[in-house]
Amino acid sequence: MTASTLAPRPVSAGTAGATLEFRGLRRSFGATTALDGLDLSLEPGELLALLGPSGCGKTTALRMVAGFETPDAGHVLLDGADVTATPAHRRDVGMVFQSYSLFPHLSAADNVAFGMRMRGVPAARRRDRAQELLELVGLPTHGGRYPRQLSGGQQQRVALARALALEPRVLLLDEPLSALDAKVRQSLREEIRRLQLELGITTLFVTHDQEEALSMADRVAVMRDGRLEQCATPEELYNSPATPFVAGFVGTMNRLPGTLGADGARVEVLGTGRPVHGSLPGGRRTGAVDVLIRPEALSVGADPNGTALLVASSFLGATTRLTIRLDGGRTVLADVPSAGASTLPLGARVRLGLPERPVLIDQARNEETSA
Amino acid sequence: MALLTASRPHRGSRLGRTVSLSVAGVYFLVPLLCALAFTVGIGDARQTPSLGAYAAIFTTDGLAQSLGLSLVLAGATIVLVFGLLLPALLTVRLAAPRAKAVVAVVCMLPLVVPAVALGAGITTVLRWATDWLYDSPGFPLLAALQEPGFPVILVLAYTLMALPLAYTTLEAGLNAIDVKVLVEAARSCRASWFRTLFLVVLPNLREALLNTAFLTIALVIGEYAVSALLGFQPFAVWTVAISGSHAQLSVAVSLAGLIGTWLILLAVAKSGRSKAPKEKP
Ligand SMILES: Nc1ncnc2c1ncn2[C@@H]1O[C@H](COP(=O)(O)OP(=O)(O)OP(=O)(O)O)[C@@H](O)[C@H]1O
Ligand SMILES: [Mg+2]
Repeated sequence: MTASTLAPRPVSAGTAGATLEFRGLRRSFGATTALDGLDLSLEPGELLALLGPSGCGKTTALRMVAGFETPDAGHVLLDGADVTATPAHRRDVGMVFQSYSLFPHLSAADNVAFGMRMRGVPAARRRDRAQELLELVGLPTHGGRYPRQLSGGQQQRVALARALALEPRVLLLDEPLSALDAKVRQSLREEIRRLQLELGITTLFVTHDQEEALSMADRVAVMRDGRLEQCATPEELYNSPATPFVAGFVGTMNRLPGTLGADGARVEVLGTGRPVHGSLPGGRRTGAVDVLIRPEALSVGADPNGTALLVASSFLGATTRLTIRLDGGRTVLADVPSAGASTLPLGARVRLGLPERPVLIDQARNEETSA
Repeated sequence: MALLTASRPHRGSRLGRTVSLSVAGVYFLVPLLCALAFTVGIGDARQTPSLGAYAAIFTTDGLAQSLGLSLVLAGATIVLVFGLLLPALLTVRLAAPRAKAVVAVVCMLPLVVPAVALGAGITTVLRWATDWLYDSPGFPLLAALQEPGFPVILVLAYTLMALPLAYTTLEAGLNAIDVKVLVEAARSCRASWFRTLFLVVLPNLREALLNTAFLTIALVIGEYAVSALLGFQPFAVWTVAISGSHAQLSVAVSLAGLIGTWLILLAVAKSGRSKAPKEKP
């Protein structure tokens, strides 16, 4: 086993999974650098979501595990063994693709059994196992149907069954839900997670949907421009993002104007001082910075002498999202308990409060709107 | 009947369709019916109508030979066309998308070369090559190219002539499936390249392959100019050759050939459909 970034994992992992490790993967396509030295490792039975904006290299990384893409430099290790040069059909990984990838000329059952046919499993055994797998993905009576007779969600379920048929060491999912509508996506998401936990299979799940990543994964790896930005549990990623990029990419983030003290360790924001968490990218030491605060971390109280104005409010159930304009011209969002919010009339002057915690800062962005 | 049951708003378009279909039918059927009348001797005062010309098809010298030659040439052409085009088109899709335009231009180029020009060009090249290669080790090869029993040179010419049609039909077939994803799905299901090609790619191109094969057969059987210029006698050349002495027979053979072609077309269309899964409600 290789040493890996250890993070607390609440789930009990099965024993079937393998470890998967990326070491310094690099890949360029002409002038574009798709991967710029990616290091990452997955523990046995873990579901890791690879999250990042479009074009950051997620698919490229995944395809290197599958064997469809060769790195310019670096290695892919499966259970500690270097598979970088192993051809795709000998890698023992299962893959579900973003687009519908079932073989159109084969029935659902034959699609699921295809890999076993390649392995020379006897026909009767293939049929039984395909039926078993179709039951596992909730399609026990659909084996005789052809792909074009199945809905998008059903096709992806069959594709999942096909990927699992050979009990691969690693399961690769490249945005398997992105072509589906919201409701199907939600239920299939839960089902994939249930299956993954049940089988204990090491899974790499590519997505650019942060909600999907946070709700399904044991850990989330945020990528940016071909590099790993942060890899942590969903809670950690949300509550203490390591960089402003992660902070802005995962969840909603307010940018409040602040002033960094001379020592670079404390920042002045909303009239109070707070310790700084992490360092300022770009290396500037003092002066105007942006302080990053989650909407639910802000508290709002009515105050005739407050430095902000409540301009809009929208009821979200348990919480209400308030839109507040600071006197400097910046707009911030605050999620407060609905009970308290009802006492604040629109147009009221308010005062914002911050939690007693270290805060993340970023270079000041000039986004003042000319009110 | 259709006109009577048609609902009002559709009457105009129904009428238009009926008229245009009738005109087209007359346009195609009248020459065929005249040819049929000619072959059985109707309308000729000196003859009593008979099917003699059709019976003679089976007894006239050279028919089996020329038709056999055409079919063998068609088979070889199909093999060569597939052998050239499938690897090229699949490579373009899987590995070299930028070569797509080049392949398209090369494949469509033969369209602008008239068959007569092609035939004349090949004749010139062959004569020139004979002069140059005479007495050299290359000469037997040149002779083999023009062996009357199986003229390889015709296979090469037909391949060139079939390329635009074959390219268009195969491209249409490839456009209907996502080759790249299917290949990768097969590879991740442990299929070797060989099995990926034969168990996944080709079965999904079945209809395009059949269409290409059929068009190539039709082209080879009907091809006259190049074969005649090069001095070979496949089916079309033979048909023309006997038309002087056996006019009725020549037309009868052409008609039979046409009907045969239609039957093959129907068979191809039907087999393409029968394998497709039936819709379930
Ligand atoms: N075969 C290729 N040829 C040329 N450029 C490529 C190729 N594959 C990927 N790229 C480029 O590499 C970069 C990373 O691509 P990749 O598909 O890995 O991104 P991604 O993170 O999966 O994005 P998305 O969320 O849009 O799927 C992109 O800029 C892309 O244009
Ligand atoms: Mg992608």
